[in-house]
Amino acid sequence: MEPWSTYRLDDFLLFSPRVYWRLFEAQNAALWPLHLATMLAGLALVLLILRRPGRAMLWTGLLLAPLWAFVAWSFLLQRYAGINWAMDYAAPAFFLQAVLLLAAAVMPGGPALGRRDAVSRAGLGLAVAGLLPYPALALASGRPLTMAEVFGIAPDPTVLVTIGLLLMARGRWLALLLPIPLLWCLFSGLTLLAMREAQAWPVLAGAGLATVLAALRLAQPASRR
Amino acid sequence: MATAALGTAMLALPPGRALAQPTPLARAIPSSGEMMPAVGLGSWITFNVGNDPALQAECTAVMAAFFAGGGHMIDSSPMYGSSQAVIGRGLAALGRPAALFSAEKVWTSAGSNGPAQIDETRRLWGVERFDLLQVHNLLGWEAHLDTLFAMKAAGRLRYVGITTSEGRRHDLVEQIMARQPLDFVQLSYNPVDREAEQRLLPLAAARGIAVIVNRPFQQGALTRRLEGAPLPAFAGEIGATSWAQLILKFILAEPAVTVAIPATTRVDHVRENLAAASGPLPDRELRGRIAAHLGAL
Ligand SMILES: NC(=O)c1ccc[n+]([C@@H]2O[C@H](COP(=O)([O-])OP(=O)(O)OC[C@H]3O[C@@H](n4cnc5c(N)ncnc54)[C@H](OP(=O)(O)O)[C@@H]3O)[C@@H](O)[C@H]2O)c1
Repeated sequence: MEPWSTYRLDDFLLFSPRVYWRLFEAQNAALWPLHLATMLAGLALVLLILRRPGRAMLWTGLLLAPLWAFVAWSFLLQRYAGINWAMDYAAPAFFLQAVLLLAAAVMPGGPALGRRDAVSRAGLGLAVAGLLPYPALALASGRPLTMAEVFGIAPDPTVLVTIGLLLMARGRWLALLLPIPLLWCLFSGLTLLAMREAQAWPVLAGAGLATVLAALRLAQPASRR
Repeated sequence: MATAALGTAMLALPPGRALAQPTPLARAIPSSGEMMPAVGLGSWITFNVGNDPALQAECTAVMAAFFAGGGHMIDSSPMYGSSQAVIGRGLAALGRPAALFSAEKVWTSAGSNGPAQIDETRRLWGVERFDLLQVHNLLGWEAHLDTLFAMKAAGRLRYVGITTSEGRRHDLVEQIMARQPLDFVQLSYNPVDREAEQRLLPLAAARGIAVIVNRPFQQGALTRRLEGAPLPAFAGEIGATSWAQLILKFILAEPAVTVAIPATTRVDHVRENLAAASGPLPDRELRGRIAAHLGAL
């Protein structure tokens, strides 16, 4: 085979930005006003974690797991797979993540949310950023709000919010729960980069930051995780 | 300076075609003598529009303008996402134009997967058999060429080819061209990517292999770079009214080239591209000036 160095990132891009963003427009048109419910549920989850951390993981899993499965089915398979055959692999990974999130929520010894250290605060920041300002990136990039990406409806904000919330958890589960979201951010960030979208940077930076923070957390002695 | 294209023949106008559109120049496929309009239509990225009905209709309109303008060859690959299905829908909507020359590819590393992939591709296009099947980027080429030559011998395929792009693996392409009874080779060639002139184009001419030129506009990077730059006065000498036409005329003036396959999402561009294949082509000296001018911009 020819060395990989002869390929550029754009060589792997299968579609035009125009076609990509229209996927979100179609998804939003089909699902509105479900967006309001998913965003409110996300915000309620953040409040719950801050106020009543004890039971928060159960609700986090019960909310996030169906949303991951829903995004995989309604967006990755119904829409994105039409222009990107890589979704045949990504969608099962999303379903697996849904199962993992559910398991983490209901299994005894699952992660507990609501830590109050620096990593946790960064996680909270990431989650809130994925919920509120993220949809506005469409406007900032010169796209209409009808093409916005919203938590629970589109993959990137769903994944970023999940990563943020998980960074607020204690226990070893992070090592199991984070790889799929981080890999998605890497894939999606590179796709956005190949499309020369500035939006690639928040996605890649969010994932990079989360990787460092998760590594810090997992490196802590078990008692302090 | 500008000379009319030599050694080329004109296709007869099918009845009902608008007289305003000149018939594109056609070149003979060396292995059969069949005439091929020298501008075809690519489908990488441009036709990968998924299930979006509005964009599918745009692609159908591009195909309609392509056939109306005298085009024949449409090129695609299993690598191009939904492009094959979009072409299939377009062909069905246009009543399966008789002019179609279907150029497809096999793209899978395992030789044993080739036949099933080709069957699926046929289903997506809705065609009985392909005119041309090419081994995409030489992936699994030995096994696939066996399959394709066997299909051709059995009358289930008309032509066999291989593809590369952006100058990759020219050594291996050259070896295969020298040893295998290929009908077609597909490669990248334009005024700023001229590596093929060194060995592959002369070899194609010597061996009687038809040449398909991909990425004439460097996937649009070249035309975008030239946007806004004034067209040099010499473009008028060969009737080129845009950079895209000047580039295509440069490519088509190379005698070893059979057909260039620019991709587009736009009806005006498909017309403009087809129009580049009529009227005079640049001679050797003018080609040198075109390349120098583009290289300097
Ligand atoms: N290894 C391989 O087998 C291989 C590799 C590469 C390509 N290919 C084949 O070759 C085809 C052509 O290559 P390509 O698609 O990579 O690149 P290309 O044809 O060089 O460029 C396509 C781009 O050029 C623009 N364009 C087309 N006509 C134009 C015009 N008249 N004026 C200004 N811009 C124009 C299009 O934009 P608009 O939509 O705005 O017109 C499109 O973005 C492919 O579609 C594919 O079928 C094969």
